[in-house]
Amino acid sequence: MSHSDAETASDALVAMRGITIQFPGVKALDGVDLVLRAGEVHALMGENGAGKSTLIKALTGEYAVDAGTITVAGEPRVFHGTADAQSAGISTVYQEVNLCANLSVGENVMLGHELRRGGRIDWRATHRAAAEHLENLGVELDTRTSLSTHSIAVQQLVAISRAMVTDAKVLVLDEPTSSLDRSEVEQLFSVMRDLRARGVAILFVTHFLDQVFEIADRCTVLRNGRLVGEYPLPSLTPGSLVQLMLGRELDDLEALSSVADRHVDRSGAPVVRATGTGRKGVIEPTDIDVYPGEVVGIAGLLGSGRTELARLLAGADHADSGQIEVAGKAARLANPRSAIDHGIAYSSEDRRAEGILGDLTVAENIVLGIQARRGWRKLRKAEQDAVVAEYIAALGVRPASPSTLIRNLSGGNQQKVLLARWLATAPALLILDEPTRGIDVGAKADIQRKVAELSARGLAVVFISSELEEVLRLSQRIVVMRDRRKIGELASHDVDVDAVIDFIAHEGQEGAA
Amino acid sequence: MTSTQVAPARESHVVSSRHRFMTRHASWIPVFAAIAILVAMVIGAQIYFDGDFLSPPLISSILLDNSYLLILAVGMTFVILTGGIDLSVGAVMSFTGMFGASLLRDGLPSGVVAPVMLACGALIGLGIGVLVQYFDVQPFIASLAGMFLARGLGFVVSLNSIKVTDSSILWLQRTRWHFGDWYVTATGILALLVVAVGALLLAYTRFGRTIYAVGGNEQSARLMGLPVARTKLLAYVVSGTCAGLAGVVFTAYTGAAYPLNGIGTELDTIAAVVIGGTLLIGGSGFVVGSMIGVFVYGMIKTIINFLGVDQSWTRITIGGLLLLFVVVQRVIVARSARRR
Repeated sequence: MSHSDAETASDALVAMRGITIQFPGVKALDGVDLVLRAGEVHALMGENGAGKSTLIKALTGEYAVDAGTITVAGEPRVFHGTADAQSAGISTVYQEVNLCANLSVGENVMLGHELRRGGRIDWRATHRAAAEHLENLGVELDTRTSLSTHSIAVQQLVAISRAMVTDAKVLVLDEPTSSLDRSEVEQLFSVMRDLRARGVAILFVTHFLDQVFEIADRCTVLRNGRLVGEYPLPSLTPGSLVQLMLGRELDDLEALSSVADRHVDRSGAPVVRATGTGRKGVIEPTDIDVYPGEVVGIAGLLGSGRTELARLLAGADHADSGQIEVAGKAARLANPRSAIDHGIAYSSEDRRAEGILGDLTVAENIVLGIQARRGWRKLRKAEQDAVVAEYIAALGVRPASPSTLIRNLSGGNQQKVLLARWLATAPALLILDEPTRGIDVGAKADIQRKVAELSARGLAVVFISSELEEVLRLSQRIVVMRDRRKIGELASHDVDVDAVIDFIAHEGQEGAA
Repeated sequence: MTSTQVAPARESHVVSSRHRFMTRHASWIPVFAAIAILVAMVIGAQIYFDGDFLSPPLISSILLDNSYLLILAVGMTFVILTGGIDLSVGAVMSFTGMFGASLLRDGLPSGVVAPVMLACGALIGLGIGVLVQYFDVQPFIASLAGMFLARGLGFVVSLNSIKVTDSSILWLQRTRWHFGDWYVTATGILALLVVAVGALLLAYTRFGRTIYAVGGNEQSARLMGLPVARTKLLAYVVSGTCAGLAGVVFTAYTGAAYPLNGIGTELDTIAAVVIGGTLLIGGSGFVVGSMIGVFVYGMIKTIINFLGVDQSWTRITIGGLLLLFVVVQRVIVARSARRR
């Protein structure tokens, strides 16, 4: 560890000063500084929309900076593309692994740096070199296997090996741990420690606070495109770091805890009641009901059937057994359209693929839901503007500009727009599948608060999340899933996180044939 | 630091070698499928015609009759591997043929004319590449524009057929080297050479590997710092140059140039490439596969000749095969997507 006290810029490998980047309608970065030192892991922290991704893209040459300077090893540089940044010794491993799945592991490591002999690529030598680079990171792989046959975690290590081939002095890791399990994270961290010991400067971007405290030596905090400051980590606590990121006290989440205790009137007809609803090979017959003003959480591990259940309720998949009643009457949910007609709105867990339309504006994305419900009848412009303005304000979408393209928004704000889309259709039941995944604490709190508020006004909500605390905090009842079936139902004021985990771990086994 | 063994557990030798093949060379499977179909066709025809079908002269003629298509297919493979398409090749072949024939008629030596024909093809390819890369035009549209341009230019040269009398151009076709009952022409050798050069370029140069990377994931290739723009441009130049060379070969083959030559040839070429196992989405496929695809195409034509039925059955059979192969490709892609 070398979180030295030397604050001088002389040991700075990379110094970005006064970086400003302007997008149409958004000032993504405003005079931000970032200094990376050799042999240090530097965390870049901030909420979604704080400008982390933009700053990284400026460093890796993907975006041109509108103002500010970048010096690498004391030399001022202007990057015109990723190749420029790489030749300056800056390599990046992105959140979605940016490799070519159609090629072999070895090729992905060596692509563009293949060893040649007599004008042609010497494949044996190339694969041997790739294997050596992988071994340096403690990974043993058959380099001739296709990359697509390996897990994301392995692909990430392949991407890091690739960065080392170019003899990178600076390694940028953009959310590398978001799709890794605990042991994979451990392996990544041991690789990072090893590289740090070899004098590589690592920029680590993540939204997992505990990981920052585990691995990073120093951190830079951004908020709303501006620099908050640079801090040596031992001087911070998780609480103070969150405070820096949000700029406000985070007791909002605590205030929500009363929601779970709220009484729900179950005397009338449930908004939706499913009896024995299942789909062969996907999910076993399951009962679930949701009453007006109630939040029903679905807890379970990834692959337990929680998303599959949501898709059946939303008409995204067709149930082949059981009945579904909507407001007391039998309904056939053949497709999402008929579910929407019955007042059931479904926000998918895959925001990018099944949610946002990146090339449309925020306003267009919001209005889409209403338009789908209205059919061909055109929505008046004034009406549209009113709806859009209302939801942008209500959900705190940032930037609060209806004409921004949604793909320029951060994940958390995209999620808010999706929420707005479905709320604008005035649904009776809102199904949220992992609405807070991959988004920061602030946006998370905004979304949770909105869900609590809406259910208090009578909306029925099905809330699915991997974070049990969140499920417990928001819902009155929890349906617990395991191995593609419902193993029980818990009243959330009776239990805590440990009890739910215990239930998932043990309850299902007796019932299993 | 701990080492991680990622290799899967080996249950038995057979399973492991099969697994090893699947994790290493899965992209060759469509090529083997094409070879299997070719072999099945030959055996089927041999049985149907009571053993009168297969003979050395017949095999030799398949190479001779399809050498222009083989050259086009090699160029097309480069473009399709990047995820693009080149609809211009038939028209470019026709235009360069017309242009070359007119230059020869005007008395220019073939040693000058042939390189000019290649350069014309390369230039049109470059134009399409620039449209695709720098003006963000869909490859389909850009090459459609190139096709109309080349077709039009062919008519500008002449509305009528131009006979070629140049001895060295005709030599390409007329000279037959015999090996027993087998024979090969210069055009056939040329086509096989193009296949060899194409295969080596793709397998053993950084340019070739970048083609695969671009076709696999263009965004990734760019972020890896690979020269994406240059590579895509070059792929279209390669295709254009091949079309120019096909113009030379086709002119030699027919002994004349005609502005309506090669209509629909671009589609035959694409069909051959796809049948040969190259994925239309890019990133997977081989020049050798495209060669097999051309042979499948040639074999179907020959069998239908033998049957004495109408040649329109060639197109119908090709259509059916193409459908089959595209479905097989979908299945392969879907399966590898599920694996991930």
